[in-house]
Amino acid sequence: MATMEDFHGVKEVWCPGCGNFSILTSLKKALVELQIPPEKLLLVSGIGQASKLPHSLQCNFFNGLHGRALPAAMAAKVVNSELTVIVTHGDGDCYGEGGNHFIHTIRRNVDITCIVHDNKVYGLTKGQASPTSDMGFKTKVQTHGVILNPLNPIALAISLDCSFVARGYAADTDYLTELIKKAMTHKGFSLVDILQPCPSFNKVNTYQWYQERVYHLEEDREFNPNDQIKALQKAGEWGQRIPVGVFYRNDRPTFEEQIPALRDGPLWKQDIRKNLVQEVIKEFY
Amino acid sequence: MGKQVAMTGNIAVANAMRQINPDVCAAYPITPSTEVMQQFASFVADGKVDTELVTVESEHSAMSAGIGAAAAGGRVMTATSANGLALMWEMLYIASGNRLPIAMMVINRALSAPINIHGDHSDEMGARDAGWIQMYSENGQEAYDNIIQAILIGESEGVLLPAMVGMDGFIISHSIENLELLEDKQVRDFLGEFKPKHPLLNINKPITMGPLDLQDYYSEHKRQQAQAMQKAKAAILKVAKDYKAVSGREYGFFEPYKLEDADIGILTLGSSAGTTRFVVDLMREKGIKVGMIKLRVFRPFPIEELQQALSHLKALAVMDRSDSFGAAGGPVFSEVRSALYDLPARPKTVNYIYGLGGRDLGISPIERVVKDLQEIHQTEKIKELVTHLTVRE
Ligand SMILES: Cc1ncc(C[n+]2csc(CCOP(=O)(O)OP(=O)(O)O)c2C)c(N)n1
Repeated sequence: MATMEDFHGVKEVWCPGCGNFSILTSLKKALVELQIPPEKLLLVSGIGQASKLPHSLQCNFFNGLHGRALPAAMAAKVVNSELTVIVTHGDGDCYGEGGNHFIHTIRRNVDITCIVHDNKVYGLTKGQASPTSDMGFKTKVQTHGVILNPLNPIALAISLDCSFVARGYAADTDYLTELIKKAMTHKGFSLVDILQPCPSFNKVNTYQWYQERVYHLEEDREFNPNDQIKALQKAGEWGQRIPVGVFYRNDRPTFEEQIPALRDGPLWKQDIRKNLVQEVIKEFY
Repeated sequence: MGKQVAMTGNIAVANAMRQINPDVCAAYPITPSTEVMQQFASFVADGKVDTELVTVESEHSAMSAGIGAAAAGGRVMTATSANGLALMWEMLYIASGNRLPIAMMVINRALSAPINIHGDHSDEMGARDAGWIQMYSENGQEAYDNIIQAILIGESEGVLLPAMVGMDGFIISHSIENLELLEDKQVRDFLGEFKPKHPLLNINKPITMGPLDLQDYYSEHKRQQAQAMQKAKAAILKVAKDYKAVSGREYGFFEPYKLEDADIGILTLGSSAGTTRFVVDLMREKGIKVGMIKLRVFRPFPIEELQQALSHLKALAVMDRSDSFGAAGGPVFSEVRSALYDLPARPKTVNYIYGLGGRDLGISPIERVVKDLQEIHQTEKIKELVTHLTVRE
């Protein structure tokens, strides 16, 4: 039986009130409830405050470069599909520096879960605008406010036919735990974008700001996450009311299922038939 | 005359940029260089400069935007560190290959993996073949002086090359020191206006940049680049002379210290020169004839000048704040040792890799280097060619 204690890692280093604390708790709870033991779990992250989450969660961990978590996670899953592979990183990591990987990992549909701690700001580098910062958001660099349209990760993912698209809210931990569980059990690439207050560097999208706006998609009885157009419409909702929940799901074949070499199981379990390879090499002697 | 101020290396560089007043800056944050652009952004916001500041989504984009702006004929600057510089990699070559004199501050930081945010030279040394002029700074004053000079060196007739100036992350970038800023007007007069010869925006004379260049002409273009780098040597000295007239501070390819009558010497670059100078003084008090040479310009590499400056030494230690794995030692060592090869009599030369990932280089490791050099001088034997200093066994 895996318990919360089994996942206990080093002490967190985030600011008081950071949304990352509840994201960490929700993720641990999801792991316990799904009974994924630490040794069967691989966390992959980039660089940033969000990417420090795996320090505080005991398991296998690969810490790569800023923006480059997804390719490493994808490859790890392909080599060892028996691992549960989860990526935890920030909005800068995933949508900025790593934006290209985000698009193409969705297209590949590898069975991994991509958790984005979306605080709409570069936290680690002390508060510059990120791709998801709202227009007008002022920082020490964007002194007159952001003049670009924010990237809408939910809409982008849906339009790419992403296999599973959800948005959570860091302070709504029970609901977030359920979302993470759904994402983990979904077969295919699952995105969970989490609205994360950052008390130090985002004074606009605060707990109070979200509290007044966030509602569960289930409240809209008409809504159906299998309808791509409706999902896109919902993804466009922002401002007065902000929906959280599962926006879209689309069961399509995973990357792993379509690669002939993986039909006999994960790569590491396959006999690579060294003597056959040697025969081939001999031709070149 | 300029004025004395107390500020960090980063803020000094941001002030240099304010005085330079470039047309375009493109930036993406990374520790420990973030503060440069952050401070500069406030100058932009306060209307102290006319610069177009473009905040982009990656360093690759930052350099790309800079290249576009420089090709259009603008004076362009940026700043970065470590993996930021690494991500600019392919664009560095586009800048130099298209002969665009962009000036970049590199706040030197160790490259991942494992991740480390502190100062070493692995980032800038990794880009040493990218066709950029490279200078290193001992302190904030030098970083300030170097980045101003870099603008003119790069823009010089016959040179037209991008230039990067290094400053050790945290050790210099985040330490407050007493330094002198020139008057704004002095800097602006010194630099004058950049008049690009072949800007893309000249509609009367449309040109193409960077198209396919195969076996027919590629080699000639690369040789031109190599020649431009050689011409940069004269430009560096000319700009240094003019800069001295304005600032009173003297610069060359390197700075010797108590070297003339020395038997043994230490060659270093960056912030470690300060500690090394201190140790040289300590040793001199004991009657040990040791000197130091602080290398400022790494590209173009001043081969003949170094030969002259070092030929009389019996033993020389070259200090590298980055490694070149599998090579004949660190990058500075390989070049210095190769430069000495043609001398009829040359010092026995050894290499120390030190201070990786920001590890402090205190007094005692340098004392040990001096001791090693004395032994080499006496025995005329080298026990260990490349030594990792300041490292646990
Ligand atoms: C190539 C590269 N460029 C820049 C950085 C500096 N850097 C580290 S984290 C970060 C952004 C952090 O924002 P985000 O990913 O949203 O995570 P948060 O810290 O807000 O959780 C940046 C720009 C880096 N590590 N590597």
